[in-house]
Amino acid sequence: MSARANHGGGGGWLGVYVLAYLVFLYLPVALIPIFSFNDSIQAAFPLKGFTTAWYQQLAGNDALTGAVMTSLTIGLVAASIATLCGTTIAYMDTHCTSRLAGIISGIARLPILIPGVIVGIALLIFVNLIGLGPSRTAIVAGHVLAGLPTTVVVMRGRFASIPKSIPEAAEDLGAREWLVFWRIMLPLSLPAIGSAFMLAFLISFDEFIIAFFLAGTEPTLPLYIWTQLRFPKSLPVVMALGTVILVVSIVIATAAELLRNRGLAGARIKPAAA
Amino acid sequence: MNTIVPAAPPLTSGSSRNFRVAMLAPGALVTFVLILFALGLVLFLGFRVNDGSLTGAGFTFGNFVIVLTDPLYVTVAIRSLVIAGLVTLATVVTAYPVAYYLAFHAGRHRGLLLFLVTLPFWTSYLLRVFAWKIVLAYNGVLNSALLATGVLSEPSLAFLNTPAAVVLTLAHAYAPFAILPIYVALETIPKSLREAASDLGARPAYTFRKVILPMSMPGVLAGALVVFVPTVGDYVTPAMVGGPASTMIGSMIQAQFGKANDWPFGAALSVSVMLLILAMLLIVRFADRKFGSRT
Repeated sequence: MSARANHGGGGGWLGVYVLAYLVFLYLPVALIPIFSFNDSIQAAFPLKGFTTAWYQQLAGNDALTGAVMTSLTIGLVAASIATLCGTTIAYMDTHCTSRLAGIISGIARLPILIPGVIVGIALLIFVNLIGLGPSRTAIVAGHVLAGLPTTVVVMRGRFASIPKSIPEAAEDLGAREWLVFWRIMLPLSLPAIGSAFMLAFLISFDEFIIAFFLAGTEPTLPLYIWTQLRFPKSLPVVMALGTVILVVSIVIATAAELLRNRGLAGARIKPAAA
Repeated sequence: MNTIVPAAPPLTSGSSRNFRVAMLAPGALVTFVLILFALGLVLFLGFRVNDGSLTGAGFTFGNFVIVLTDPLYVTVAIRSLVIAGLVTLATVVTAYPVAYYLAFHAGRHRGLLLFLVTLPFWTSYLLRVFAWKIVLAYNGVLNSALLATGVLSEPSLAFLNTPAAVVLTLAHAYAPFAILPIYVALETIPKSLREAASDLGARPAYTFRKVILPMSMPGVLAGALVVFVPTVGDYVTPAMVGGPASTMIGSMIQAQFGKANDWPFGAALSVSVMLLILAMLLIVRFADRKFGSRT
């Protein structure tokens, strides 16, 4: 009601501002798909002509295929570990009274307050110390840290929204902690787990700053793009590749958002129906 | 279902302990080893003498003395603070009205708008920075547009490779970071407080200045922090659109672990950046408390 009443004063101009802000947010990024179909090496207006040649050059490029596979592998492994850690950390933090769980949960969200370059060099020193060296495994470690704050925050939100009465009822009926977690809390938070996994995958898939320090001989996709940016001739192909990456990222982010909302909607309905 | 259920058997402490250990283990491993121990390594290495080996040789304060006294590093540190400060200011000031609209005016479009402003967060940072290079380049979008409209008679070199380009690109890249915390802070202001202010005769502008703005400050400060931290250590944007006059402290750390190959000095630079961030944190916490006590 009050939202409608507010529309009269100020809301109109503010709406225009928000539209302008969205244009500013999306316009520069939109240039990448536009120029990826432009029949010219130069990324400049006016557009020369329509072509899909740059996309055709993407196929049959072994270095690119290798980078895609590396990024997918690292993304899936890192997202799995980050989701496992995020889920257990958030559960122990919200449903078990333990000081250690609170401390772990706090440290897990610490990477937000550390610039990527420092996460990168800290892990570089670490992997060299343990004799592993820069490698895919090293990047996985870095991307687990990059994704951890997100998975912990998403899962904490989900676990906190499950009424305490549900696990308590299970415990009163004799369920042990394992059973409560495995048969009740996990199924109830499945959409959020899917959402956390996808977001952690996206973070890894797009991450450059940390991976730069930890890559061995196999570059990830963003690292491959970085090396290609040095050659003006390969810029149109980079834009075609960038367009594909943007589309994949947007699809996954949308799916994650839908999953998260479905989980929350479910949480609101269930207590009411009970 | 209505029969009386026998009371749960007392939990054996063994099963309970196993559960706790198994559930705490993954998180403890990652946080204590990959975060705390790795950061401890950086601190340790910052006090070592560089002899080309991984852990250095002998303890020294020399690295920190250079960081604090060499004009080069002092200049770069101040430049990083100024650039990150400007980016933070620009992001927060432009994000505030968007968060305000989302909290009080968006109505049924709120979910969609929230999604649209956070979506860029999940797309490649590298590509967003690259997009600005296309815009600002000598034969780029901005120059070709200005030539076509007759504003310029020849392409300008003044857009790319300037500190201003770094500020603009970073402000765009980190724009979505600031909206969410401010929105959450605004959203949680009780409606009764706004209504009370207007019932007591306060004009909207006065209500905003005396009620809404102070109460949303925790969100503003949180937003400022999440923008400031990644920008102060950024090395990609300065390299892509900044040119030599925009070298930031992140670029210097990267160089120490690359071309310069002086890891202890790079570690000392990193520790200094973390101390700067810690100082910002304390300032934010202090400011938070100040605003917290007023409301």
